[in-house]
This record gives sequence, structure tokens and C-alpha cells, in this order.
Amino acid sequence: MDRRTIFPGRALPALLVLPQLALTAVFFLWPAGQAIWSSLQREDAFGTSSEFAGLENFASLFADPLYGAAVARTVLFCAAVTALSMGLALLFAVFADAEIRGRAFYRTMLVWPYAVAPAMSAVLWVLMFHPQIGLVGAWLNRIGVPWDYKLNGAEAMALIVGASAWKQVSYNFIFFLAGLQAIPRSVIEAARIDGSRGFYRFRTIVLPLLMPVVFFLLVVDLVYAAFDTFATVYALTQGGPGQSTQTLVLKVYLDGIVNADIGSSSAQSVVLMAGVIVLSALQFRFLGRKAGT
Amino acid sequence: MDRRNLLAGAGTLAAWAALPGAVRAAGEPTRIVFWHAMSAANGAEIDRIVRDFNASQSDVVLEAVYKGSYPETLTAAIAAYRGGQAPNIVQVFEVGTGTMLQAGPAVKPAWKLAEETGFKLDPSSYIPGVRGYYSLSDGKLASMPFNSSTAVMWYNKDAFEKAGLDPEKPPVTYDDYDRAARTLASKAPTPIASTTAWMPWIQFEEFAAIQNIAYATEGDGYDGLGAQLLVNGKPFVAQLQRFMDLAKDGAFKYTGRDSGPDAIFYSGQAAIGFGSSSGRADIVKNAQFRYAEALLPVEPSLNPKPNNSIIGGASLWALNAPKRTEAEYKAVAAFYAFISKPEQVALYAQHTGYVPVTVAGYDATEASGYYAKNPGTDLPVQQLERGELTANSRGLRLGRLPEIRAVIYEEIEKALQGQQSAQTAMDSAVERGNRILRDFQKSARG
Repeated sequence: MDRRTIFPGRALPALLVLPQLALTAVFFLWPAGQAIWSSLQREDAFGTSSEFAGLENFASLFADPLYGAAVARTVLFCAAVTALSMGLALLFAVFADAEIRGRAFYRTMLVWPYAVAPAMSAVLWVLMFHPQIGLVGAWLNRIGVPWDYKLNGAEAMALIVGASAWKQVSYNFIFFLAGLQAIPRSVIEAARIDGSRGFYRFRTIVLPLLMPVVFFLLVVDLVYAAFDTFATVYALTQGGPGQSTQTLVLKVYLDGIVNADIGSSSAQSVVLMAGVIVLSALQFRFLGRKAGT
Repeated sequence: MDRRNLLAGAGTLAAWAALPGAVRAAGEPTRIVFWHAMSAANGAEIDRIVRDFNASQSDVVLEAVYKGSYPETLTAAIAAYRGGQAPNIVQVFEVGTGTMLQAGPAVKPAWKLAEETGFKLDPSSYIPGVRGYYSLSDGKLASMPFNSSTAVMWYNKDAFEKAGLDPEKPPVTYDDYDRAARTLASKAPTPIASTTAWMPWIQFEEFAAIQNIAYATEGDGYDGLGAQLLVNGKPFVAQLQRFMDLAKDGAFKYTGRDSGPDAIFYSGQAAIGFGSSSGRADIVKNAQFRYAEALLPVEPSLNPKPNNSIIGGASLWALNAPKRTEAEYKAVAAFYAFISKPEQVALYAQHTGYVPVTVAGYDATEASGYYAKNPGTDLPVQQLERGELTANSRGLRLGRLPEIRAVIYEEIEKALQGQQSAQTAMDSAVERGNRILRDFQKSARG
């Protein structure tokens, strides 16, 4: 039953694992080490002088109320993007799973946003929602809705949530659809015979069977919203107006690259790294337990 | 073949291999790279300069590379320096000057380059506003002046006429502007009465210089790294309040940061658009209406005799890198010499809307009849030379000033959204800005 390949000796397995280890070392361990090192330094922009600063960068980070605000903002943003993209994807998947005409067309339409480069999708959203030149944005202003995401922080936040969720719906859709199709028809049939209908059947039969997919997507979407939305957000708002769309990754970029404050920026990425480690640990624990039972 | 023959053979072979190399080194021009931040019409003008420079001599081939906006170009240059791949010349905007002055071994100051290569660089040939901004305390030029602009008020003459305002009489004081904007809001055909590009620069930094108010302590940062911002003073708060009031009444609209709002003006959507004088090239190309530039408004209650405005734009910095040859520095000096020729300075100013940075360049422009033919184009120079250069009007010398500008943007954006009062906005701008200044002070000493 259990297919397992056992390599003789130690040299061959080590050799086979080596490329992966090398990649991890070069693209993860080394930069991560650099980040930790820089987070303990105080350095001028050109790197011509630097001195050991201890935990000063972290201390000033946590003393800064704006950093706390950015953390809260990022949590809100991640929750909104995850809820919106998963909710819509589940809805679409349930409909796409049903027997309808033009199903293939419908599915293709739902999947294509995933293939659009983030900066391009941001441009599309600008062309739709720019208050002066955007199709929807200019129309809203014409009919008397004061839409101006360049000045209104809440509207800017809604815009980046929308654009980011839109990109992720496709991904979630594919997984939900696969998950739905993996549910044995016989279970659904049995429920139908028992007289269970509509939303009740979905909530009591389908959703519990779909829970592993839901949990997997929850983690993936949170990580997506926290990290992969950089291009979309940066192209749309650059973190403004004020700081109302400045998420943590954006702040790392703005402080480190734009403002050339390497110390603070590194300290922020070390904090983010800790966050990802915790999130991944939770995922492994939860999924591991699921698999075990 | 005995041993001696073998050695002789090897020697000939080596000599033969070395020969073409030596010939090549003598005949081939030095290649240098110039990173700039000029796009659209102004970018095409850079290409023109590079073409002319390369055609004017055969020792140097200059390659110009567009690296994005000013902050992006500076960022790219810093990253390149850290990686040992710095370009020979980089264009750095005026607010990056404080940062560049602390860059130590990364840069080759203009005066030093002149000394080492024998290229003649006379600070007194530059117009005062430009010289003041880029010179050190001993009067030597730290960077090579290139594209200097100043802020002006662009206005749509057609819109003025339709609103019943005299298109030949642009507002002079801020109160005039206030009234004109309110009239335009109700009568002008444009959807927006007035807007401004570069709000921290034009409405606060320039405002302070013209009204002779200190922007920061320590002589606006010229006298030391310990400068503190003063922008939560009464005049600054009143200035922000004016725009907040105008915005509330629909007479002013905030349309974004930096040069973004320029397009709102030249596309005909705003009747008044404060912007850089360097916007001229794009306005000439795009505007489908009659337009003119006017001096920035003044506030006589603060200063009855308005000062000069300060410059915007950028200057050129020569960067160091490992393995940089003497020939490359000489090539940089050759390019500097080329762009400071009076006829080049004049041409560049006429093609772009930047001001002629040298006195000779201004004279050449005037002699060519350009100002007579294009009324209003000499306003920026007039504004830069008006009154007396004071400690408050020579410029700002604050480290990480781009970041401080971003802070001011953020705070005024929040105020314009109605989330905080003008006083609160400027107070927190000062608090956050001073924190940045202290960080810079620490890292500059470290």
C-alpha cells in the first residue's frame, strides 16, 4: 500500500536534497539573516557608515503609534479581502457546480482575473474608479455621489479591498469548485431524499464537507492579502490619502526603499517574518490534526 | 623546439594580443551613464541634449537612462551605489540635496570634480536663487545646477473670461486668489475652480520663502543638523485653513500629490492650477485653451515686500564607484561644461519652462527675443530674483526632506478630508517631521 522509495546510504539522499537546500539558503536564510542583521544597525542612506544600534529600531517602532495603526489597518484589510473573496468565490462555485447552460464559458470568465498582472489590474481599476477620468468614478460624481478615493480614506480602503479581492476570487473559485465536485453525489442524493433542501442542505451537508478547503483557503488568502497585494495597492494609492491604505508591507517598502531608512524597514520585516511563522505554525498544527483524525 | 624558442614564441603571442587592445583604448570614446527623472516632453529634451553632446565631440559617449520619478531615481541611485554599480551622473531633485550632502564618499562634489579635472566652474555665474540652493557654506558648488524651476500659478484665460474675470489680471494676493476661486467655482465652465500640484512645496515652502517666514530653525537647516520644523506656526495653519475653507465651498480641489494635478490643469478641468514653471512644455503641447502663467500669490499682511521664491527642479551629482577611471570623471566634466554653455542653458530653458540657471543663459535667452515673443515666460526668473535673498528664502537644507514632504502630504490630506483641524494637522506634521530630522541627525553622525 504505502509506496516509499528508500535510497541506500547517506550520500545519494543528501545529494538529491542539496539543490532544494541551496535554494532555501540563498533565497530565504541568507536574506532573512541580512534582515535581522540590518534591523540591529543604524545606517545612513548610502550605507557609508553604520553602527550597532541594538534593539533601538524595534523600540522606536513599537513606540510609534502610527505603526500600531498600520497593524490594525492591515488586520482589517486582510479580514475584508479574505471574507469578500472567499464569500464571492463560494457563491460562484456553488452556481458553477450546478447544471447550467454555458458552464464552461462561465468558469473561464471567473478564472481569467487570476492571469492579470497585479499592476495591470490596478490600472483597470483606476480607469474604472478614478474620480475624474474613471468610467464609474466620473459617473458617480455626475449623479451626485461625492466619490473621491484620492482624498477619502474610507473609499480608498474600499477600492483596494475590492481590487485585491477581485484578483483572488479566481483562485478561491477553483479550489471551491474542486472541493464541491469531490463531495460524493450519493451524500447529496441521500440528503435530498430525506427532504433536506436549499440553504439548509448546503449548511448542514455541503459546508462541513468543504471545511478543509475553507480552512486551507483562509490561510492562503490571509497570506495573500498581507503580502501579495503590494503591487495592487501601491499602483492604486501608494498608501494614501494620508496613511489610510498603508498596509504593513507597503510601510516596509516606503520606509526602506523610498525613505532609505534601512534599519527601521528591516525591523518591520523581521516583525512580519515572525507573524508569518506563527501563521504557518498554526496552519500546520490545524491541518496536521485534521489529517490525523 | 627548444626552450628559448618557446619563450620567444610566447612573448610574440602576448605582444600580438596586447596590440589591438592598446589601439582600441586610444581610439575608443569613454562611456558614461546619466540617470534622470524626466519624462514626456521634458524627457525628449534630455534626449536632444544627449544627442547634441555626443555629436559635439568624439571622446565621450553619454548614455541617458530614464529611471522614473525623482524619488525613484534617487532610490535607484542609492541602491546602485550600495551594489557598487552607481551611474556616473544622477539627477537629484532639490529636496534630496540635504541627503546627498551627507553621502560622503558616495559622491564627487561639483567643486572637487572641477578642481581635479580642470573644468571651470564659477559659482558667481549662476543666478542667486540657484547658487544659494546648491552651494556649501564656503560658497563652493556641491552639485551641478541643471534644471531649476520655480512654482507659478497657471490659469485658464478662457475660463477667466467666461466667469467675468479679467484674463489679463491674474490674482496678486492670496485674498485675490480666494475671491477669484470662489467666482470661478460658480461661473467658470471648468468642473474644478482651482487645484495645486506639489502642495507642500508650493503652498508651504514657497509661501514661507516669499513671505520671509522661517520654515525650520537653524536657518532652514543651513546652519546645522539640529533643525526643527516651524510649520505649525500661525501663518502656516492659516494657509492650510484657507485651502480647507475653499475646498469646503467647492472653490479648491485637492487632486493628488506631486505633479499629478498638472494634467488636471492642462486637460482643461481646472481654471487655476498651481504648478512648476517646468510644466510649460506639457501645457504647450496639450492645452486646448488660452493659458498664461502668473506669479505666486503673496500675503501682504505678512510681508509687504515679497521675497524671491525658491527653486524646484533638480541638479546633477557625480557618483563614485569602485573601479571608476579618471577618464570617466573627465567625461563627466566635459558634459558639465557642455550643459553650462550659455546657448545650451538658453535652449534648455526655452524648450522646457525651466529657468536659465546662469546669468549668461538668461541674457542669451533675452537677446534671442524669446521673452518678447512669449510674454510671461520670464516671470519665473523675475520671481526668483525679486527682493532680497534672506535666510528664509535661499532654500531648505533638511535631511530626508522628501520623507518630511510625504508626512506633510499625509497630514494635510487628513485635514482636507475633515478628519482633523488645520492646527492638529500642522502640529503632528511638526512632531513627525522632527522625529525624521532627529533620525537623520543620528545616522549622519554615526
